Amino acid sequence: MSSPTNLHLYILAAPLVAAFVLNLLGRLSRRWVMPLTLGPLVFSTAGSLMLLARVLKEGGFSYTVGNWTPPYGIELLVDPLSAMMLVLISGIALTATFSALPWVEREHPGSEHLFFTLYLILIAGLMGLVLTADAFNLYVLLEITSITTYGLIAMGKGRAPLASFNYIIMGSIGACFYLLGIGYLYILTGSLNMADMAAIIKTLPQGPALATAFAFAIVGLWVKMAFFPLHGWLPNAYSLAPTAAGLLFAPLMTKVTIYLMIRVILNVFTPEYVFYSHPLVQSGVVWAAAIAIVCASSLALGQRDLRRMLTYILIAEVGYMVGGFWLANSQGMTGAILHIFNDAVMTLCLFLAAAAIASRTGSLSFDNLKGLYRTMPVTMAAFTVGAFSIIGVPPTCGFFSKWYLLQGAVQAGQWGFLAALLFSSLVNAIMFFRIIELAYFTDDGEAHHGGHHHGDDHHAPVAEAPLPMLAPLVVTAAALLVIGLGTGPIVSAIRLTLPKFL
Amino acid sequence: MTGLTAEIVAKYNYWLYVILMMVGLYAMIGKKNLVKKLLGMNIFQTAIILLYVSSGVKRGAGIPIVDKYKALAQGVDPTLVVNPLPHVLMLTAIVVSVSVTGVALAVLLRIYREYGTLEEDEILEKIGK
Repeated sequence: MSSPTNLHLYILAAPLVAAFVLNLLGRLSRRWVMPLTLGPLVFSTAGSLMLLARVLKEGGFSYTVGNWTPPYGIELLVDPLSAMMLVLISGIALTATFSALPWVEREHPGSEHLFFTLYLILIAGLMGLVLTADAFNLYVLLEITSITTYGLIAMGKGRAPLASFNYIIMGSIGACFYLLGIGYLYILTGSLNMADMAAIIKTLPQGPALATAFAFAIVGLWVKMAFFPLHGWLPNAYSLAPTAAGLLFAPLMTKVTIYLMIRVILNVFTPEYVFYSHPLVQSGVVWAAAIAIVCASSLALGQRDLRRMLTYILIAEVGYMVGGFWLANSQGMTGAILHIFNDAVMTLCLFLAAAAIASRTGSLSFDNLKGLYRTMPVTMAAFTVGAFSIIGVPPTCGFFSKWYLLQGAVQAGQWGFLAALLFSSLVNAIMFFRIIELAYFTDDGEAHHGGHHHGDDHHAPVAEAPLPMLAPLVVTAAALLVIGLGTGPIVSAIRLTLPKFL
Repeated sequence: MTGLTAEIVAKYNYWLYVILMMVGLYAMIGKKNLVKKLLGMNIFQTAIILLYVSSGVKRGAGIPIVDKYKALAQGVDPTLVVNPLPHVLMLTAIVVSVSVTGVALAVLLRIYREYGTLEEDEILEKIGK
C-alpha cells in the first residue's frame, strides 16, 4: 500500500487555475500568455511522470476527494493505466502548445488569452476524465471538455461556426445518451461510484434494463469518439477548427473517449457481462468496427486536402481501437490500449507536420504539396516517419500496436477484422505514398527524372517552418521511434490494468 | 387492451419522458431551422432530467429536510422522504444544459452574422455558391 499523495490533484489543478489567471492577466498584457500556458503544462508533465514512476513502483491507489468516502463521495482512481494517460495528455498538450502559440498569434491576434483559457480548461477536463472513478462525475467532465471544444472550434474562420453547431447537436446527443445510460444504472443500483456499481451489477439479474443502460452509455460514448457511422461531425469540426486547436483535439479527444469506453466496460459493466454473456453482440461490434475501418479508409482516399484526409484516418483509427478492444482477448485489448498511446503520438506528428507545411504554403490542398522535399526537408522527413507509423512500418510504434491487434484478431478468429486492418494499412500506404511522390517531385518536367539530387536548387530555396513549429515536430517524430523500440515496458505496464483472467 | 392501458397509466412518468425525448430527437434531426434544433436539444435534455427526478419520488413521502439531531439520534425512515440525490444530480445537469445552450446561442449569432440566415438549407446554398 502506498503512502498518500496529492500529486495528481496538483497535476489537474495547475492548468485549471492557470486558465483563470491567464484570462485575467492576459487582458493586461500579451506577455503573460506564453509563461502561463507553458508553465502549468511543464509542471503537469513533470508531475505525471513522477506519479507514473510512483504508481509503477508502489501500485495504484484510490483517492477520496474532500474526505467524503466512496460510494457517496467522489473517488479518483490512479492506476497504471490512468497514470500513463496523464503522462500522455500532459506530454502531448505540452508539445502541441509550442506550435500552437505562434499559430494563435497569427490566427487570433488580440484574443490569445481567450483561446488559451479554453485550451487549458480543456486539458484540465481531459485529465479529470482519466482520473475519475465516478460515473456522473465523468459525465460532467465530458461536458466540460466538449463545451470548451465547441468554443475553440467556433473560433475558426468561415464555416467553422456551422461545423461547431453541428458538433454541439451531435455531442449533446452523445452526452445525453451516456447520461441516460447512467440514469438507468442508477435506478438499478442506487450508486454512482464505478467500483460500487460493478459490485452491485454482479448480483443483479441480467434483464433488459441493464442491457438498455449499457447500450445507451456505450452508444453515447461512440458518438463522442466518432465511431463510424456516428462520425459525421468530426471531419468538418477538426479540419475547420483553428490550426492550434486542431493540434490538441486530433491526438487527444477521440483517444480519451476510447479510454473512457474501456473504463466503463472494465470497471462498471465488467467484461464478463459485456463480452461473454452476449457473444453475438461482441462479434457484432467487431464486425461494425471492421466496416468502420474500411469505410473511413475509403473516404480518406477520396480527399484532396491533407488535413481533411487526416481526419478520416483518425476515424478509421477509432475503428481499430474499438474493434481491438471488443476482440475480448489479451492480445486485442493490449493492442487497443497500446494503440491509444501510439495513435495519439502519430496523429500529433502528422498534424504538427500539416501545421508546419501550412505555415509556408498557406493551404493544404494536394496541389500545394509539390516539391516540399526540396523546400522543407526536415518537416517532410518527420512527416514521412509519421506516415510510416500510420501505415505500420517497423520500427515505428504504429507497427507494434497493429501487430498486437492482428494477433488478437487471429486468436479470436475474427477474419473480417483482420482483413479490414490489412485493407486499411494498404490504403494508408497508397495515400501517403501519393503525397510523398507529390512532394518529392517538384514539377511535371522533373517527374520523369526519378533521380535523387539533380542540383536544381536555384528556384526552390530551403524555407523551413519557424523553429517553434519545427522543434516539437522533430521531437514527436523521434518519439514515434522511441515508443516503438520501448514497446515492451509499455505493454507490461498496460497488462497490469487488464483483468486477470485474460 | 385494458392491461396495456393499466401499464401505461401506472408508469405514466416514464412514458412522458419517452415522448418528450422523441420530440426532442425529432427536432434535432428533422428540423431545418438551427434555433429549432437547439430547442429540440433542450427538450431532449429536459426529458432526461424528468427521468432522473421521477426516479427519486416515493408515494406519500415528504421533502428530504430533517432535523439534524433527531436524524442522528433516531435515523431517518427512508419511506418518509423522497430520494434527494437524483434532484441534486440534475442541478448539475441543468447547469451543463444551460452552458451548452449559451455556447450554442453564441455560435448561432456568429452563423447569423456570417450568412444572414439560420435556415440550414439556405446556409448550405450560400456555401455551395
